[in-house]
Amino acid sequence: MSAIEVMGLTKRYKDFQAVDDVSFSISRGETFVLLGPNGAGKTTTIEILEGFRTRTSGEVKVLGQDPQKASRAFRARIGIVQQSAGDLGRLSVRDTITHFASLYPNPRKVEEVIEAVGLHGKASEPIKKLSGGQQHRVDVALGLIGNPEVLFLDEPTTGFDPEVRRAFWEVIRGLQQEGMTIMLTTHYLDEAEELGHRGGVIVDGRLVALGKIAEIGGRESRKPEVSWVEAGVQRIERTDDPTLFIGELSKRIGSAPENLQVKVPNLEQVYLQLITDHRNGVKIED
Amino acid sequence: MKTELPSILGVGIRRIGYELKSYIRTPDAVFFNFFFPLMMLVIFTAAFSNLEIDVPGAGRVLTSADVYLPAMLAMGVLVSGTQNLGIDMAIEKHDGTLRRLSGSPISPVSYFIGKFGQVFVSATLQAVAIVLTARFVFGAYLPETIELWLTFAWVFYLGLLASSILGIAISALPRSAKSANAVILPPILILQFISGIYLSFTTLPEWLQNFASVFPVKWIGQGFRAVFYPDQFKSVELGGDWFLDQVAIAIAIWVALGVVFTLLTFRWVKKS
Repeated sequence: MSAIEVMGLTKRYKDFQAVDDVSFSISRGETFVLLGPNGAGKTTTIEILEGFRTRTSGEVKVLGQDPQKASRAFRARIGIVQQSAGDLGRLSVRDTITHFASLYPNPRKVEEVIEAVGLHGKASEPIKKLSGGQQHRVDVALGLIGNPEVLFLDEPTTGFDPEVRRAFWEVIRGLQQEGMTIMLTTHYLDEAEELGHRGGVIVDGRLVALGKIAEIGGRESRKPEVSWVEAGVQRIERTDDPTLFIGELSKRIGSAPENLQVKVPNLEQVYLQLITDHRNGVKIED
Repeated sequence: MKTELPSILGVGIRRIGYELKSYIRTPDAVFFNFFFPLMMLVIFTAAFSNLEIDVPGAGRVLTSADVYLPAMLAMGVLVSGTQNLGIDMAIEKHDGTLRRLSGSPISPVSYFIGKFGQVFVSATLQAVAIVLTARFVFGAYLPETIELWLTFAWVFYLGLLASSILGIAISALPRSAKSANAVILPPILILQFISGIYLSFTTLPEWLQNFASVFPVKWIGQGFRAVFYPDQFKSVELGGDWFLDQVAIAIAIWVALGVVFTLLTFRWVKKS
């Protein structure tokens, strides 16, 4: 059963098409990553799913409900990790999380959540006195405290130290193991590879790729690339079977090819190609 | 699994505690809202310590503490309600507080219970501090009949309700959290000058008195003067009486208008 269903989602502002006919679904327990450059429509899409924005057309169901008509009961079943905006601060980590726990019918244990986000040493500190990364962990804790079935994270690690990002990924992995459905947006491809089961790439409001993270862009774009130097010239060839190709190549040259390299395009290369193709008007099949 | 949401009233009461905790940890709020009227009482009483007004037939002489006590209580109602909520809610609209709450299952009613509760608790403590300081530090006269204290109570709490609602309404004006203080404070200061808090209301030109009568502060001050001044002083008021019925009506109209305005305009987050 799908936790989230999006069909033909479109969001138009006066003279700007922010989201254009986007469709995808997210199964229960799955982590779905929406990738895309800045301004591509990631935040608009996730905010429509969170119920913070209205849509122009299309069908959206989150846990079977239309988030545009979000009831309090619906709010109790989803969690939103907000971007720290300086609204918290004077009360301690524990007081703040305890208060938010009291808003939900079925909250997680406050101390467990503090532990999960790695703030047990700072629980009695006013949030204002924490570092930016630590404050963001409070945001994560507040997104989790209601024990949501679906968790939304919009660019959760933007501006993080590498170390803090890794710690954050660990928190998310813990939630994945519990079976939580997670939707996150990011423009970090390593984050998508680390956390995502499935994902989509959105460019200029259009979904240009959708699928398992390891398969995004399709087979063709993931074809291994063999490069070597022959008679002083750099050569590149793409092939489905590099082993066979190199064997034949060696036979033809009569010796081991110089500077031989085999590269499988990683997500970053596939992603950048997708964006370039889209902007050059190349039609892409899922 | 439990799915029943916590009760609106229960969450509202917890919000009062949460709001009060935040309030006392905000030095600006504690100084400019809570202690300010008390400080002004001390300054005015000390500055005009030679003031003595003999009221024929009243059986007592008015000192500066007597003169300023009702004015400073009215100031307390204005700053604890309008100024405090106006600034606080303007900041919460822009700093992400309302957005964060709107993503949780809290009811707006619980949120407002928290706001009003914070105002009512802090304003009550503030009024007690002002009255006790006036009485025991400066020897101000306090009314001796239950009837006058009941008048004080209804003017105070009805006034506080109007003042709070006015605060919610003007919190719509600032365009950012940073500009909240700069936008909210000047109109409130002007309102204090024209409503008889810093200057004696009856010495203002009549057109200004009429203009100030549109706003609730003038009526709150008048209600308090009726409680703390000798009854003979009513001849100095506009029209020669305390007009407590008009005080009640004027403030109640503000409450009603404010409730309608708030219901029509309040949104957690403007959906775009």
